[in-house]
Amino acid sequence: MALPKLAVYKFASCDGCQLSILDVEDLLLDIASVVHIANFPEASREVVEGPYDLTLVEGSITTPHDAERIHEIRRQSKYLVTIGACATAGGIQALKNWKDTDLFMRTVYAHPEYLETLETSTPIKNHVEVNFELRGCPVDKMALVEVVAAFVQGRRPNIPEYSVCVECKRRGTPCVMVGHGTPCLGPVTQAGCGALCPSYNRGCYGCFGPMESPNTEMLAAAWQRLGVNHRGLVDAFRGFNAYAEPFRITSDHHEALAVAKGE
Amino acid sequence: MSEMYVSGQSGVGRLIQALAERGHRVIGPIVRNEALVYDEIKGVEDLPKGWTDLQEPGRYRLEQRGDEKLFGFVVGPTSWKQYLNPPETVLWSGVISPEGFVTDPAPEPPKYAFFGVRPCEVAALGVLDKVYSTSNGLPSMAGYTAIREQAFIVAVNCVEPGGNCFCVSMDTGPTAEAGYDIAITEIVHNGNMRYLIEAGTPAGAEVLGDMGNLEEPSEAEIEARDFFLTEAAANMGKTLEVDDLPELLKGNARNPRWESIADRCLACANCTMVCPTCFCNTVDDNLSLDGTHATRTRKWDSCFTLGFSYMHGLPMREGVGARYRQWITHKLATWVDQFDEMGCVGCGRCITWCPVGIDITHEAGAIRRADLRDTPIGIGGFA
Repeated sequence: MALPKLAVYKFASCDGCQLSILDVEDLLLDIASVVHIANFPEASREVVEGPYDLTLVEGSITTPHDAERIHEIRRQSKYLVTIGACATAGGIQALKNWKDTDLFMRTVYAHPEYLETLETSTPIKNHVEVNFELRGCPVDKMALVEVVAAFVQGRRPNIPEYSVCVECKRRGTPCVMVGHGTPCLGPVTQAGCGALCPSYNRGCYGCFGPMESPNTEMLAAAWQRLGVNHRGLVDAFRGFNAYAEPFRITSDHHEALAVAKGE
Repeated sequence: MSEMYVSGQSGVGRLIQALAERGHRVIGPIVRNEALVYDEIKGVEDLPKGWTDLQEPGRYRLEQRGDEKLFGFVVGPTSWKQYLNPPETVLWSGVISPEGFVTDPAPEPPKYAFFGVRPCEVAALGVLDKVYSTSNGLPSMAGYTAIREQAFIVAVNCVEPGGNCFCVSMDTGPTAEAGYDIAITEIVHNGNMRYLIEAGTPAGAEVLGDMGNLEEPSEAEIEARDFFLTEAAANMGKTLEVDDLPELLKGNARNPRWESIADRCLACANCTMVCPTCFCNTVDDNLSLDGTHATRTRKWDSCFTLGFSYMHGLPMREGVGARYRQWITHKLATWVDQFDEMGCVGCGRCITWCPVGIDITHEAGAIRRADLRDTPIGIGGFA
């Protein structure tokens, strides 16, 4: 029986999530033994034409061309899984959604008239139906293996949607907010990284986006008690997952307050 | 009361040595990441001499005491459950081979000595023992008893309660009455660090007998110990009114207070993770990519996650208010129906380690002040 065909596509992104696939090292041969890596330019120049059984999409939609291209990829894909903060939330480049794109074009490029770009950076799900989203900036490589294994075994990927706090406690890391007053996005951020930053006494940066039921306003209030002002809150929530709705609403709210208070 | 002995700090060190020589991995409090956590200790020098912990709702700070106390603090974010019911345990793993299905050999259960178990934590071990003795037939609960039976318990009585302690309300402290092999009370007497040591079991007496060089305490030292422990009982940071509490909580399922808690609660699950008696877990099955190697892993779970109450397509407790109500009602009310006692021992961890400082004693008090049992809204049901 022919193996299911795997394709990997890139949109506006840094390539880090795709590289996580190559970074699984020993397991790469196992992956290649259960799926046919048919279209993965980062790994091989050999490209087998679609349709594909499992398509991994990295990156966000930032150009009219990409907004068209994703529809063709969707048509070619039985299962489409988005990987990383760019594909699932618009990525760090979604910061442009709050700014004037024309100004960027005129400032950065000598001949902006040659460019075609959209006003926004948006996640793939805003354009086509997505079967599963794998969060993270970058994604966790073992979670990628889990997604492929789940697909091959015909089950739903086992990816938690609870907070980073659960991972901190499981690994025995004392809470950085409670223990030394370090502002941390962990309570509103989805697990998946293994609670890396708090284990180095740093607060969470929210790389995996909002958890399943994020109470961002209450966490923001707790940050304010630790001395963070509205501007600081805007900066914190406008990171890699700035355009994810719960983070976006909270940063907009505190931006309005920051402006009102002249911060 | 069994015979009491006394020593200086060298005696504490000899006790750690004696337990190590008997093949125990000794676990005790150490300073790590700006908190007191439980981890392996090799000698008395690993204990957090001169440290204390200041605790308020949602706030914890380590500070130097300016004295030589080895146990001048209360409890930190870790608890003994991490050794008895580890955060992640492989229940079994195995491979499909041409010879059939072969399970991997299970590791030997570790032989621990828990050193510095506070009276509320001794009580928590008793709570867990009850939970696991009634549930150990369940495959997902396996493994606890094998570790528990070999564990040697060195309790340390509390002469200085913390800001969020309420063991007196729960009748679990500040003096350990039973459930330990050896109990220690640390006092400063005439300017000297003195450790009053007693055995609670024949195993404890045997270890003390082997140690030798233990003195008899003076009358004054015993009086000082009793004085400090009586003082401690009068200086609890918090109080929880337990009279009628199970009926109160069960009868207030529709109290609007739950929604006020939902506004504040982050549903981050920290309270349940730090609780020394919260035992809920989930079981993950993992199959290797080639389908030949299977692993079943038990992991700590929490009633604050949506996945916890997910069944036939929906989470049963979608609202955060319903999740908090489930937690506190189980801990303080329906636990009694299940196990004939409350699941709370008054250690205060859930209060301290809540990032927004939600206080179980305060919330139970708020429900009591706004008791709706005699109004139509208070009758049963689930919001």
